[in-house]
Amino acid sequence: MSEYRKRLRALFFYIQKRLGFHIMVESVYLHIPFCEQICHYCDFNKVFIQNQPVDDYLHAMAAEMKHTVQRFGARSMKTIYVGGGTPTALNLQQLEKLFESIHAVFSLKENYEFTIEANPSNVNLEKLALLKNYGVNRLSIGVQTFHDGLLKQIGRDHTRKHIYSIIDQARKSGFENISIDLMYRLPKQTIDMFAQSIDEALSLQIEHLSAYGLQIEPKTVFYNQMRRGNLRLPSEDEEADMFELLINKMRKNGYLHYEISNFALPGKESRHNLTYWNNEHYYGIGAGAHSYVDGVRRRNAGPIHHYINLIAEKKFPYREEMAVTEQEKMEEELFLGLRKREGVSKRQFYEKFHRPLDERYGAVIYHFIEKGLLETDGDWIRLTEKGIFLGNEVFQAFLE
Amino acid sequence: MNQEEKLSRQKRIRNFSIIAHIDHGKSTIADRLLEATGALTEREMKEQALDAMDLERERGITIKLNAVQLTYKAKDGEEYIFHLIDTPGHVDFTYEVSRSLAACEGALLIVDAAQGIEAQTLANVYLALENDLEIIPIINKIDLPSADPERVKKEIEDVIGLDASDAVLASAKEGIGIDDILEQIVEKVPPPENDPNAPLKALIFDSLYDSYRGVVAYIRIVEGTVRVGDKIKTMSTGKEFEVAELGVFTPKPEPREELTVGDVGYLTASIKNVSDTRVGDTITSVEHPAAEPLPGYRKMNPMVFCGMYPIDSNQYNDLREALERLELNDASLQYEPETSQALGFGFRCGFLGLLHMEIIQERIEREFNIDLITTAPSVIYEVEMTDGEQITVDNPADMPPAQNIQAVKEPYVRATIMSPKDFVGSVMELCQMKRGDYADMQYLDENRVNIIYDLPLSEIVYDFFDQLKSSTKGYASLDYEFVGYRESKLVKMDILLNGEKIDALSIIVHRDFAFERGKAITEKLKDLIPRQQFEVPVQAAIGNKIIARSTIKALRKNVLSKCYGGDVSRKRKLLEKQKEGKKRMKTVGKVEVPQEAFMAVLRMNDE
Repeated sequence: MSEYRKRLRALFFYIQKRLGFHIMVESVYLHIPFCEQICHYCDFNKVFIQNQPVDDYLHAMAAEMKHTVQRFGARSMKTIYVGGGTPTALNLQQLEKLFESIHAVFSLKENYEFTIEANPSNVNLEKLALLKNYGVNRLSIGVQTFHDGLLKQIGRDHTRKHIYSIIDQARKSGFENISIDLMYRLPKQTIDMFAQSIDEALSLQIEHLSAYGLQIEPKTVFYNQMRRGNLRLPSEDEEADMFELLINKMRKNGYLHYEISNFALPGKESRHNLTYWNNEHYYGIGAGAHSYVDGVRRRNAGPIHHYINLIAEKKFPYREEMAVTEQEKMEEELFLGLRKREGVSKRQFYEKFHRPLDERYGAVIYHFIEKGLLETDGDWIRLTEKGIFLGNEVFQAFLE
Repeated sequence: MNQEEKLSRQKRIRNFSIIAHIDHGKSTIADRLLEATGALTEREMKEQALDAMDLERERGITIKLNAVQLTYKAKDGEEYIFHLIDTPGHVDFTYEVSRSLAACEGALLIVDAAQGIEAQTLANVYLALENDLEIIPIINKIDLPSADPERVKKEIEDVIGLDASDAVLASAKEGIGIDDILEQIVEKVPPPENDPNAPLKALIFDSLYDSYRGVVAYIRIVEGTVRVGDKIKTMSTGKEFEVAELGVFTPKPEPREELTVGDVGYLTASIKNVSDTRVGDTITSVEHPAAEPLPGYRKMNPMVFCGMYPIDSNQYNDLREALERLELNDASLQYEPETSQALGFGFRCGFLGLLHMEIIQERIEREFNIDLITTAPSVIYEVEMTDGEQITVDNPADMPPAQNIQAVKEPYVRATIMSPKDFVGSVMELCQMKRGDYADMQYLDENRVNIIYDLPLSEIVYDFFDQLKSSTKGYASLDYEFVGYRESKLVKMDILLNGEKIDALSIIVHRDFAFERGKAITEKLKDLIPRQQFEVPVQAAIGNKIIARSTIKALRKNVLSKCYGGDVSRKRKLLEKQKEGKKRMKTVGKVEVPQEAFMAVLRMNDE
């Protein structure tokens, strides 16, 4: 590279840093780690809500939000996402407290997206009205399956009836952007059972659907069952068949397969989750939450008491702080970005990293084009139809 | 020291080793003896102080021998010099055991109070008796609820024919019986008897390589005296050296000016190669050489061979250096370069036995950080060609085409299996299945039987031991010795992946079992080789004839479809783990094959 271009690049970096572009944060995730029932597959940070210091926790979250904005500056959000755990396990007063503290710290940009995860069994019209009132405009409903037998077996406390009821109530309450989660490769789940769930989801005319393949993680009921040899899961081929069926059904009904596990009607993609896949910055508030601000990934302490104490003592509850190197940033750009149907843009890559994508990864990309797992389309590089099924084979090749 | 002092000192020397089955408590007893004689302060005391290598401590076995000098003030008021010589406890190392026993006058026989005598113990007791050792029976672990010392005493008397009425009842764990053991050593083990002024005869019972001092030979002075500066030679090679350092282990090395009759210690003499100080060889003086070497020296030849290849072919030179380094300490390890179409450049290595092989393999991976592909172990076949030429084959891939072969001979061993009588039927069935020839059967007492079979070594190398353990609920124990070559109906079986013959997977099988084994191997490989992005047929063939086939289906889904939200490092870790797994695989043709697959032939009967 010529001396001139090197200098230009250095200057560009300097200006970028001075102008503070690097601390642009427009998304925030808030974690509510309480549940009324623990699901057999769940390894997220969560506890039984009984006897928990919920109010102290909400108080600590409010403080964390305040300190975070004081420290990093950005307070105007494009997307807010309240996840769990089970946020709707909070009662009306607690929800009110949560939203009051959110609005006290953050403002919302025009055309914002404000999502909350909702559990079919503990939402009613009153709660929905409150959510709506505080600006929530998107619900992500943890349906998992429409099959009552399977629901029971995976430790959910709702039934098929609850699902229809919550969606009906949500519509009546004026929610126009509803997403549901489905799971496949559940123990004893057949392809027909999964097909039935997809069809029921489609009949509800929801705007968005996420479908996750069951992973058996340590410290879950399923993990222990598996170790005792008591868990019979669908085979690898059946899992692939389920995924294939899902993709076909969703596309046929006009949903865009915009990310490996996500489908949306045009314009209804989850903008919050796109933050992750676009490798952009986000705040993470609450016990065990992750954030990515100013090139540093942080993880909050998970145990509730520990989290509350850290906030009280040190203002920030970080358990781990990791500055992401330039190399790692490039890798993440690829293994996150390629999850999207549109793929990764060579131009955007250059704008972010000041070097051509092909210069760094040309050989790997060519290799997978040969294998039929990647394809190029003008400025974009994306997974092929086959590549969507074998994404990890591609992603890991970009790791150093 | 004058002559009289020397003789008085010699009378107070006691040289002994410990015979025990794995897990019967040899290391713990050794530790207690070291503790009781103050050889180690408590601060220095680590669990199982004698087993130096991590690997030994982990596996609970002794690979390298050690010798320690202890001083013990006995009840008679005299101070005695003990030399405790540690022995390896595995059938691969029988010869080393016999040489370290030859360096002693006595042996502690440790028997577990609950489990009684095992085949391996018995084999070593016979070695001790052959060397005329005084044997002191010790019944250990008497603190166990299932301990039955009276039964074990009777067993020692019936099976070995030793008087066990004075047997020490001990619990090394609880520190019970340690004083009795020390006193019995003084009373029963005879002092060394030879003349310190006779020509030097020193027995080498081990050696190791030290990068500063060269070879450190572990020796026992049988006759004569050696001093620093003496000119010495090893009697099997005639190579001459000058003694640079002498000493004993207390267990720290402590230099001495001279070593004389009965002394057990070390010697260095700028010796560059451990193969110049082979175990069992005799060191003598150049000026006053002994007329005859000590009896019993044998050059040990490897019995088991396998190919070792670096997964990352850039590590070929690292692997060569690792083998060179290990060879410095291990005269029985052999290797020479070889090339495999499937695996690239590597080495064909020879070992005393399977354990020896596994130990070397683990040390290379652990100490030298080289990921290895090891091919299934093979024995040496003697092949008579149709044109009358005789060749030996230690790599199945090198077996000539069947039409050029007149006859193939394979090594046989005489296997002694000790088993409770309830399992005699299953043991015999197993031996029969493994092409064994019945030789003998002896009832040791009303409960235990010695079953003796001649078996092809290759069957032992395969999975005989595991199967023996599983068909006798772990009760049977095995000892074997090489008896000679016998003709067998053997053929080479090739394995094809994706239509391509993989030389590193070829094995030699008995014709009558070929079909069955081919089927088992192709099935096993199907399970061991992960799905690829295309379908992979796995075939077993003899010559051009396919005798078994399975299919590895194409990989259909490998993509994280779970929501980790903003937890990007978790996604990264998952991908890194998958990538790490791939690194441990070798790409053969277009197929990624994991290490375990190359050992598949050994694990055919896991189900």
